[in-house]
Amino acid sequence: MASTLTIDAAGMIYKLPDGGEVEALKDVSFQLQSGEMLTVLGPSGCGKTTLLNLIAGFLMPTSGKAMFGGGDISGPGPERAKLEKLITGPSPERGMVFQQGALFEWMTVAENIGFGPSMKGVPRGEIAGIVNRYLDTVGLQGFGEKAIYELSGGMQQRVALARCLANEPELILMDEPLGALDALTREKMQSLILKIWDETKKTIILITHSVEEALLLGERLFVMAPRPGRIHKEYNLPFAKRGLIEDLREIKTGDKFVETREEILSMIWEMEEEIMGRQEAA
Amino acid sequence: MDTNSTVTATASPKSLGVALLLTLLLGPIGLLYATVMGGVVLLVADLIALFVFLAAAPVGILLFVAVQIAAVIWAIKALTSQNAELLGQLPPGVATALAKLGLVTVGESERKAVTFGDPEAATGGLLWSIVSVVLIFALWSLAVRLELASPIFMPPPTEVLGQFITVATDGFRGFTLWEHLGISLYRLLVGFFFGCLLGIPIGFAMGLSKIMRGFFDPIVEFMRPIPPLALIPLSIIWLGIGNASKIFLLFLAALWIMVLAARSGVQSIRISKIHAAYTLGASKQQLLLKVVLPNALPEIFTGMRVAMGVCWGTLVAAELVGAEAGIGFMITVAGKYLETGLVFVGIIIIGIVGAAIDVAMRKAEARMIPWKGKA
Repeated sequence: MASTLTIDAAGMIYKLPDGGEVEALKDVSFQLQSGEMLTVLGPSGCGKTTLLNLIAGFLMPTSGKAMFGGGDISGPGPERAKLEKLITGPSPERGMVFQQGALFEWMTVAENIGFGPSMKGVPRGEIAGIVNRYLDTVGLQGFGEKAIYELSGGMQQRVALARCLANEPELILMDEPLGALDALTREKMQSLILKIWDETKKTIILITHSVEEALLLGERLFVMAPRPGRIHKEYNLPFAKRGLIEDLREIKTGDKFVETREEILSMIWEMEEEIMGRQEAA
Repeated sequence: MDTNSTVTATASPKSLGVALLLTLLLGPIGLLYATVMGGVVLLVADLIALFVFLAAAPVGILLFVAVQIAAVIWAIKALTSQNAELLGQLPPGVATALAKLGLVTVGESERKAVTFGDPEAATGGLLWSIVSVVLIFALWSLAVRLELASPIFMPPPTEVLGQFITVATDGFRGFTLWEHLGISLYRLLVGFFFGCLLGIPIGFAMGLSKIMRGFFDPIVEFMRPIPPLALIPLSIIWLGIGNASKIFLLFLAALWIMVLAARSGVQSIRISKIHAAYTLGASKQQLLLKVVLPNALPEIFTGMRVAMGVCWGTLVAAELVGAEAGIGFMITVAGKYLETGLVFVGIIIIGIVGAAIDVAMRKAEARMIPWKGKA
């Protein structure tokens, strides 16, 4: 099961209808070993989500390669699960229709979690066992028969996480999974993600807008820069491992943590200012 | 926290029991104990009722009764609005019933300081629904009693009821009322059913395939704005005045609505749901049945409700133009022979059935798609 993710000089160029081009990713290369936790940080438009969709197999790079476990990534596959953004409130595209994340609201919590196994034709009895195990993992024992719309945002994201895990992926891609949650729930979910990472030894890539979250959860951290989207700086961090045993809030107030946080924050500030300057010039 | 409730709940020295007893016995005069303004207003109302009584006795009596009921309601309202705790003096169940009627507010809303503009404050006025229905019948009766219009134009409610019983038992033009209604409902359901049967798959195809979208777009865009009523002559030329022409017309009326509803239902899906299904190992067929279809159900159901409403209206109109049976046929023939009472029966039935269909659809929707509007 030791599957390595290899991104080799990946580039992504979108052609615009007016003949112009947008370079969403340029020459991105890295390797991720099985069981590693990578967080990706960067201003909007730096290609974070493009990178994730590329690994998930929803997009094909215009140049370079994405490989997982020795084979080229040519489409979505059950070994690479993506945990989608949690969106609450009216969806911008469709006016009044409320839609949340990627859960199926016409199914119960248990049916959502069992979706992957049932698609594979796993017998019902076995699915019930799998569902219970992962309800347990995410701390939602007894919520199996609830409807999705009866749950809070934090609980919904736990269900989404359990649904990912129930499909037994090797790599979990998380696209700002905690973005829409309140601060307290967010902190609980961060601990949960660390716990699951430790217990299941999954490889995790997590995209976030929060510098603190990126520092706290990432063994490795990429700060990406926009136009063209590229990896600007890489960090190797001790906080995720420490977070397994220490209190997260204590880690956050430590000198090393604060120092790195400020460094990254000013880095991102500079990028944003540069973008603003370029827009004004244009 | 405590100070808030003690400030607003000023104890009233008046007793709800005494107020109700006085109002029940003395009417508006007894109401003066609970509220002087209410008593004066209803005394004036009683005076009007007296004049009506002299002109048309039964209507006058009806008005007296109405004023008496209003007095009781006003007494409860006047006292409980000052002091909500008085509600506790009422027997259990009465307070709930009063809340349902819209006379008192209980629960959280009771303490709301801002109500104008709050949508919740404008719900649950069952009492006023009863008032409006009673008022319509009262005005109707009064108009007939005062001979404001000839019975040919405006038959009294009693005659309409009589006509109803006659057509329900003896029938009209070879069919009883129920048979006329049954024929209409049969046409409605069959036309609607085939409209859904063809419309939903076409809508799905349009929502899922560029080729299908392009192919059906001109047809749908052309047919959609044509009012089904404009197709009545053509349906009669092609299929005569029997069931076939009505069913064909309703099929067309429902078809385009269902195509568009299904198409927009399919396209309303969030791409993240599609992505999730694929990463969880769903095949295209599984995706269609387990994700795309259920996701589209709320919009399909909305389309069905709209289509049902349009079909019912179209059917009645088509039966007016040319038919040999059906509820629309019944009122158009009755109209020709100036049997106004029967026309009224038909109109009332059409209204009630139309409303009943919509209520039934809404109930079915709430049962089958509980996540609608919540997810």
